[in-house]
Amino acid sequence: MSTTPTAALFKERATTITKDLRHRAVIRGALQKYGVVRDAKKARFRDWQGARTAASEVKWQAINHLDTHLAQFAEKLEARGGIVHWARDGAEARQIILDIVRSKNAHAIVKSKVMTGEEIHINDALEEAGFEVVESDLGEYICQLRHEAPYHFVFPAMHLTRGEISDLFTEKLGTAPTNSPEELTMIARKVLRDKYIRADIGISGANFAIAETGMISITENEGNARLTCALPKTHIALLGIEKVLPKLSDLALFLPMLGTVGCGQLLTGYNTMYGGPKQPGEADGPEEFHVVLLDNRRTDLLASTEQRDALQCIRCGGCLNVCPIYKNIGGHTYGATYQGPIGSVITPHLRGLQEWKHLVFCSSLCGACTEACPVKIDLHHHLLQSRRDAITEKPVWWEKLTFQAVGMVFNRAWLFSLGMKLGRIGQIFHPLIKNTPLDPARAWTRARELPKVAPQTFREWWNQRK
Amino acid sequence: MNVTLFIPCFIDACFPKAGASAVQILERLGHTVDYPQQLTCCGQPAFNSGYWEETRTVARPVLERLKDAEVVVILSGSCGAMIKNFYPELFQGLPEEAVAKAVAAKCYEFSDFLVTRLGVSDLGASFPHKVTFHDGCHGRRELGIKAQPRQLLASVRGLTLVEMEEAETCCGFGGTFSAKFPSVSAAMGEGKLASALETGAEYIVSNDSSCLMHQQGLIDRQGLPLKTIHLAEVLNNVQP
Amino acid sequence: MNARETIFGRIREALSHPAHKSGGHDQASPKPLGAATAADCMPFGGANAAEQLALFAQNAKELAADFYLVETPEELHAQLAELAQREGWKRVASHAGELTAAACKVLGLPVTLTDGGYDVADLEASDAGITECEALVAQTGSVLVTSRACGGRGLSVLPPHHVVLARRSQLVADLNAAFALLEARYAPSYPSMISFISGPSRTGDIERILVLGAHGPKKLTIFCL
Repeated sequence: MSTTPTAALFKERATTITKDLRHRAVIRGALQKYGVVRDAKKARFRDWQGARTAASEVKWQAINHLDTHLAQFAEKLEARGGIVHWARDGAEARQIILDIVRSKNAHAIVKSKVMTGEEIHINDALEEAGFEVVESDLGEYICQLRHEAPYHFVFPAMHLTRGEISDLFTEKLGTAPTNSPEELTMIARKVLRDKYIRADIGISGANFAIAETGMISITENEGNARLTCALPKTHIALLGIEKVLPKLSDLALFLPMLGTVGCGQLLTGYNTMYGGPKQPGEADGPEEFHVVLLDNRRTDLLASTEQRDALQCIRCGGCLNVCPIYKNIGGHTYGATYQGPIGSVITPHLRGLQEWKHLVFCSSLCGACTEACPVKIDLHHHLLQSRRDAITEKPVWWEKLTFQAVGMVFNRAWLFSLGMKLGRIGQIFHPLIKNTPLDPARAWTRARELPKVAPQTFREWWNQRK
Repeated sequence: MNVTLFIPCFIDACFPKAGASAVQILERLGHTVDYPQQLTCCGQPAFNSGYWEETRTVARPVLERLKDAEVVVILSGSCGAMIKNFYPELFQGLPEEAVAKAVAAKCYEFSDFLVTRLGVSDLGASFPHKVTFHDGCHGRRELGIKAQPRQLLASVRGLTLVEMEEAETCCGFGGTFSAKFPSVSAAMGEGKLASALETGAEYIVSNDSSCLMHQQGLIDRQGLPLKTIHLAEVLNNVQP
Repeated sequence: MNARETIFGRIREALSHPAHKSGGHDQASPKPLGAATAADCMPFGGANAAEQLALFAQNAKELAADFYLVETPEELHAQLAELAQREGWKRVASHAGELTAAACKVLGLPVTLTDGGYDVADLEASDAGITECEALVAQTGSVLVTSRACGGRGLSVLPPHHVVLARRSQLVADLNAAFALLEARYAPSYPSMISFISGPSRTGDIERILVLGAHGPKKLTIFCL
């Protein structure tokens, strides 16, 4: 395995955290609870697999006609007074947002959850420019106080216990310690309420962009996005270009699937479509509505003839929730904006294959992700394809030679047979070097006993039958 | 029927009883078993590591030898998936593509062969123990094996099957993954074994010895009160 | 070339290479699913008004929303007054509407009406936000509101208690029906905000344990006339 600093850091973090039994227990507990409610809601669908097929087809059509849908989306939104911006990359998107914020002489910015914002590090950019940015989503707020990246893109603070959150609030907000999730939530509610009301700018993401009507759709539970998009005078929405859905009625399929797989709820608390700034006759709403559409190498993924469907992702987090790798290494180990199986699939495309290929290799290819995906992205097969691409581009020479040598042995049964006999002898001496730096099988024997070559192999048994 | 049996490399070397059991079961059912000795490996390690050209070098002789078989039974979910699902992909656009598809069409994982193809589920076996079943990922998700082993186990006299909560969760073997990311692999295995222990079972049964090899390795290192055994061995426990 | 042109150029170049939809191991159904068939896969919304009502009530309960069927406006007003007293409301917020106007009159509490603009401080000080709705969705137990018919964006989310005054005739089976209703009522000039509210505000961010009243209302009460 090649050792780019990114790969080395990943392996180091993975090794440390997989031994953390407390972390393992916390994540297992959280995901078990989720599994129960998710399965209960899936059961309410009359045909869950049919819904997956339908969702997959709608999204496949959408991304294969991305230019048509984006053009219509922009046209419709602009007709209702929305302002559409196009950003080729993160730097451009940051600049666009900074320009808007500066032009408004903003004092305070409130944000709801924006994964695309994490991707372009918008908070850092705004703070460096001297603006106060407050995350309103409870999980994101907690991460912000801890100066930590989100652990999971639907449940950002999943790795923390209530005790840790209580300590955090005591330290940063001066509140009394409490063991009650309800009290902790109320603390955050109280602090953030003031922020909504004072903020001049609200920054949101979007789960979907509806081409037919020029609307964005936001799925949430807390109501913080509702408030972010209601009270401040300027609303800026940042989203990736792949979020398009052709029709408003497509939401009738996607909102329940997103809720079910994302949170185990048929619909989350608030599913809201925004189609423009405050319209004449309406009681309130932002005076300006800006939508920033971001490419940032999504078009590279679009150009992939094998992995294009990865752009269908609706960011539900369903694959994270079933991934045994994710469960054991946790969200921070990935070191990238998007974690879990989808993160492992798209990060090499968005950030470079050779630097990030360790993500595609760190998988047992169990396929649970592919099974869980509501839009049927072929996730684990993409990991295989990316492995092939990484190696074809840059073979690891000792691996290549090993597989060639091993291939020669496998193609000569007498050699293979001899190999097994030698193994039988070798294993007598192996205990002397087992799990020491001299042990060639140390990767295995660090944690496991080696299997033994049997006193009589299958072919030996077969041959002595005659 | 003339059944061509594909014996995975690790069964040949380390778990020959599983292979022998499969042979005896098939012969008892009245079929002739053909074991092509020149075949040793399906090529999955190279494939999973991204070395597809090196995989083809090993896969071509496999296809060549299996193309005239009446039916091919593979004693592992992961090797079964390799030959049945991935060989056609490996040879896509190449001269061997048609043969790969033809061979894939006549491949069966062992339990699937018995239940689906032969319509057999009672082999007259007895195994008076409490067991739990581990669903190997490739068998489960690439080949759709779930009910078949359970149907077979249901007819085994004296056997009590208790399902573990994490029956379908990957145990962390994943082939070369177990060596490339050993700490993650071991942590996943520990999760599987913890779930197995919760059932109170004496044995973990599976249709995939590669998974069991990893689980047994952890069991032995940690001294856990569990044993692993291949499905074929359980089903072969017949009074002579 | 500006950013928009660049991006569209990249998209067209990318799409000029046809991609095969993978998922070969995930056997899709042989025929493509049209819009009608997709709806058939979704959770059922009830075959008739009675079923829809029962389903809505059940879903609302599961979502921790309080749902009351009332037979007459008088009954509605009585229950609302009782609620106001129980909760100790001192002031409320609402918007101009047939049901809301009558209800606020009966309550006799100081009211902030949001139509035509309002002071956020007044909305923030309100103990309850009383709104009408566009529809009630049986399939999900949701209340459909818009910024045009329900007093704007803030009214249904800022006060700690959201009260919805609805009519039985507003009940629809499912989300498909709800979107069809919106299209019939508003297209192409939709309200700037459309929202499906499913229960009070909640969060699962702490150990995935459900807590109500994260930022939006902690309580949701629906009266259905």
